[in-house]
Formats: sequence, structure tokens, C-alpha cells
Amino acid sequence: MSTPYARLPGWADYGLIPLINLLVAFVVAGFVVLLVGENPFRAAVILVEGAFGRGQGIAYTLYYATTFIFTGLSVAVAVHCGLFNIGTEGQAYMGGLGVAIVCLSFDRMLPWWLTFPLAVFASAAIGALWALIPAYLQARRGSHIVITTIMFNFIAASIMVYLLVGPLKPLASQAPQTRLFLEGGRLPKLNWVIELFGGKVRSAPFNVSFLLALAMAFGMWVLVWRTRFGYEMRTYGFSPKAARYAGISETRVIVLIMMVSGAFAGMMALNPTMGDQHNVAIDFVSGAGFVGIAVALMGRSHPVGIVLAAILFGMLYQGGAELAFEISRDMIVIIQGLVILFAGALEHMFRPAIEALFASFSPRAVGLAASGKDG
Amino acid sequence: MDSFNAIVQVLDSTIRLSVPLLFACLAGLYSERAGIFDIGLEGKMLAGAFAGAAAAAVFHSALIGLGMAILISVGFALVHGFASITHRGNQIVSGVAINFIAAGSTIILGQAWFQQGGRTPALGADERFSPITLPGADAVKDVPILGALYSELLSGHSILVYLAFLMVPVTWWVLFRTRFGLRLRAVGENPAAVDTAGISVTWLRYRALICTGVLTGIAGAYLSMAQNGGFVKDMTAGKGYIALAALIFAKWKPVNAMFACLLFGFLDALSIRLQGTPLPIIGKVPVQFMQALPYVLTVVLLAGFIGKAIPPKAGGVPYVKER
Repeated sequence: MSTPYARLPGWADYGLIPLINLLVAFVVAGFVVLLVGENPFRAAVILVEGAFGRGQGIAYTLYYATTFIFTGLSVAVAVHCGLFNIGTEGQAYMGGLGVAIVCLSFDRMLPWWLTFPLAVFASAAIGALWALIPAYLQARRGSHIVITTIMFNFIAASIMVYLLVGPLKPLASQAPQTRLFLEGGRLPKLNWVIELFGGKVRSAPFNVSFLLALAMAFGMWVLVWRTRFGYEMRTYGFSPKAARYAGISETRVIVLIMMVSGAFAGMMALNPTMGDQHNVAIDFVSGAGFVGIAVALMGRSHPVGIVLAAILFGMLYQGGAELAFEISRDMIVIIQGLVILFAGALEHMFRPAIEALFASFSPRAVGLAASGKDG
Repeated sequence: MDSFNAIVQVLDSTIRLSVPLLFACLAGLYSERAGIFDIGLEGKMLAGAFAGAAAAAVFHSALIGLGMAILISVGFALVHGFASITHRGNQIVSGVAINFIAAGSTIILGQAWFQQGGRTPALGADERFSPITLPGADAVKDVPILGALYSELLSGHSILVYLAFLMVPVTWWVLFRTRFGLRLRAVGENPAAVDTAGISVTWLRYRALICTGVLTGIAGAYLSMAQNGGFVKDMTAGKGYIALAALIFAKWKPVNAMFACLLFGFLDALSIRLQGTPLPIIGKVPVQFMQALPYVLTVVLLAGFIGKAIPPKAGGVPYVKER
């Protein structure tokens, strides 16, 4: 089915419309703040100052952004194939198991730069495996991937709770978490980078997994736009029928791309565990997988957009913590929901109006003269 | 006699635990049969639970609470409709958005209005739906087995429990014996045909979503005003998703839906009952295993290993009128 909309210039399609959608989401969020009896403008100022005002805030913003880059990439890469991976949350949670296995076994004997690659591999592998079953079921048995990945989120949560209150917990402890990782399981901080630019950081968990996240964003760009497999999966995402006709293996595309998506999700586990808490605790993902949906939608499933959107959400998380009223974190959940609503489900709401506006300026810009508006 | 009592108790809590699932599951049935996927059952239930408990606490009336729960939940359903019917947005994305907005706003508003850490004030006796005793329940209490079954199992639930089970035949009748139901099912299978017959696809789907909103509202009200005496943050705890699983398990049929919800409710009741007690032969079963079982069963069903679950054909596809 062709899109029933006329073409807009690229900058309007990828810049203006997302920006307007985002703006509307924030305006509605502002009304919620009003309803609570606070001043939305003051809240916004506090939020931005908290996130970027001091070196400490910037470090935290980038720490949160790291997590969201991973989950955003995970959701986005599947979107290119026409799949909606809502299971990023569960895949990231299971990725924590990979981190735990590697760190608990090697942190005594290996330095971090040897543990880290192992942990990257293990978390990505387990995340990928956790996406494999829903992918296979979608490809071969036609089970809807959204439903199966939701189910797998809950199954993952059950498994991790079982492991963290049982086998992975040190005997003497009551808390549902692993023991603290030793030096070999801790990632070095990147706070010095911010201090290089004159910011002051007391202590923030901003760590080297940020570099891994950027590398993965680049890797995703290469995979999707510069490889044969990327071409195949975009073809499949655009039109499964055409892909089938071109001899592209449906099973191979779906299974591989879901495993890549699961691997991105799994790697997210590195940041909060090895980078910050130095253990794997219950519910350490805490919704980051779902934030990935908002990040991917806002970033238009492009790595550059995802990194920017992740930083924006990192800012919301960090700045939100500075807000005067203590309910701040839940405010972020609303903003996240509104962003998903306006940038995702209602992304076409303002399009007709903008198209009309463009058409009134120059009909040729929207392709009216050339194609006569969709035949 | 002890084991008999234990069984009756487990079955009794099975009923209590499956009621919210049943309301939500039937709610999903209306929208999915009309071709609208609804991931947002969870969020609508949560919003309903909060609105119900908050209104009941403020106005001191259970009925006003219930009405408010339905109103808010229908409001969310209409937002879903606005995004996915009017603007032909992605139905799953819209559902996810609704879940987040509900999760965040219930806590924020709860804290701003009541200042109890996201809770609503504890509801008094006439602000909630209390258990009702069926006629003659006390009289037959001492009759062995049958008396206990009647007075313990069937009697002593709130009115919403009976309403839930009444909704099963009602839903069946609406869907399979009325003109509205026929059209609703048709719009989920082949909207173009419905459109050709001169019936508005948009209005039909909106009406289906309103039914969904009403039922999720009651589901939420049951959670916060019957099962518990007030709203606690995140009190739906994934029940919306289990209801979705039950809906698939029931293959989108009302009577099956009841049995699926009872099964999932039973698993829940059993896992609470068996916490830490070893079973014969298998030994100790981890609680988490029992909690994961509904999801595992649904995946197995979806994989087509126990019968095949075939969703309504036009589900998830926005309808575009040919011009």
C-alpha cells in the first residue's frame, strides 16, 4: 500500500514534523504539570538546568543516554524490517544474566579490559537468544511478534527473579541481587572527558559503555544502509511480498534482525551493572526498554536521530530528578507516553495541514505538478 | 475435610482473581473483534482503578466511583480510537502510549491530590463494593459439601463478580445474536465489505472501543473498590497483559474467554497457596514458575502446538477508504 500522503521536502519530513509532534507532546505535558499545581515553565527551566547546568548533570545525562541509545537501537533496527520489538525490556533484563555470569566468574582474575569484551559478548548473546524464539515463531508459525515478545518480557522477569533470589544471590545476603563485582568487573568512568571541557564532576556513573553505544549506533547505520543484508531487510520491511518475490528468505531476515535487536538490548545491561551499581539487581532495567520505543520513534529509526533522542530522554531523566516536587520520575513516564502518542501513533495528525501550507507556497515542492497527487 | 476446605478456598480465590481478567478480556474481545488491537487494556484498567477509587473517596459513593472509572476509561479508549481509527496511526504504538500515560498520571495526580505516596484514601464500607450474601447461604452452611460450596464459593462476592460472569453470555449474545455484533465481527474481518454495505467503519469501530472502555473501567473499579479498599500505584501489575494472553488463549470467543480467565486465575491462586509448600512427586515448585505459566502457555498456543489461534483478519490494519 502506498502512503496516501504527498511528498514533503526532506527537511520538513525529518525535521519539522517530528519537532512539531514533540512540541505538542511537551505542551500537553505542561498542562499536566499545571493540573498538579506547578508552573510548567519553571519546571522546564529546572529540568534543563539540572541536566546541563553543571558537569555533574551532564555526566548523569550522558549516563542515562547510554542506556537509551542501546534500547532505542534495539527497537529501531527491528522497525526497519517492519517488526515491532516490544520485548527490548525482557531482552535487556536477560542480558543482565550474561553480565552476571561473566563478571562473577572472571572479576577476580582478569582486568576490566578483558572482562568487558567477554561481558559484551555474553550479554549480547543472551539478549539475542531471548529474541530468537519469538522471531522464529513469527517467521515460521505466524505468531504475532508483539504478543510473543510481551509474553517473553514477563517470562524473563520471572526467570531473573528466580535466579536473583536463588542461585545468583550470595548465601549470607537477603537482598535479591548478586554480590558486588570486584575491580575486574567495573568499567572505568569517562567523567574526565567532561572535566577536560571545564565541567566539574563529583561522582557520576558515566562510563566507557557510552563509547560502545556510539560504536553500535554506527554499526547499525552500516548494517541497515550499507550491507546487502540491510537492503534485504529494508525490502522486507517495505513490502514482504516484493521481498518474497525477489527470493529473500523471510525466516532468515526476521530471525537475524530480531537477534541483532536482542543483542543491542542485551548490551544495555552493561551500563547500569558494570558501569554504575557493580552488581546485577532485581528490576535493574526499570522500563528503559520501553523508553527505547519512544527514543526510536522520535529518532525516526535513524542512528543519529536515536543518539539525539536518547540524549533528550537522558536529560529528562536527569533533569527530572532535580525538579522540586518529588513525583518527578513519574512525570517522565507521562512525557514518554505523550511522545509515543504524538510522535508515534499520531505522527500523521499535523501532516495534512503542513502539506496544505507547503502546497500554498509552492505546489511543485510537494510534487503536485509532477504526479498530480497520487494519480 | 481439611483438604476439601483448602480446595474450596483455592477455588474461591480463583474466582476473585479471575474477575478483573475476565472484564479486561471481554473488553479486549470487543475491540479486537472489530479489528483494533488493544495493548492498552492495562493502562485503561489502571486509569479506571484510580478514577474509581478517587471519586469514591471524594464523593463517598461507590456508584459515582464506578461511573467515574468507566468515564475515564472510555476517555482513554477514545484517545486510542482517535489515533488508530481517525488518524490511522499504529494501533500497538498507541496502546503502548496509553499504558505509559495512565501509569504516570495516576501516580502524579494521586500524589498531588491526596499526598499519600500515590495511594488514594482508604475507602469506607459504603464507598466500596462489599460482599453480598446470596439468599439462604447462612441456612445451608452446615449441609456437607453442597452447603459449603454454595455459601463459601458462590455466595459472599461483591456484585461486580456476578456482573463479570453475567457479561459472558451477554457478550456472546451481543456478538453473535444482534445486528451490531454481526457488523462488529464483519468489520474485524473485512471492513471493505462493511463499507460497501453502506455502514460506517469508523463509527462501528468507535462503538466497539467504547464497549472496551466501559468494561476496562469496571475491571479497574473492581480492583480498587472491591478487591482492595483503595488505589495503590501500579495495582494492575500486568493483569491487562494476562487478559490479552487469555483472549488469545480463548481464540477470541466469549465463553472460552471465561474458561481461560478462570484457568489463569486458578494458576495465580495456586501459586499463592503453594508458596513454599512442596508438592508430591515434583517437589518444591518455584513461585516464579507458576507466575510465568500463563505466559508460557500462551506462547505455546500461539506457536500452534495446541490448536491454532487465528486472530480477526483485519486486526491491526487501519482502514483506508478507496477513492
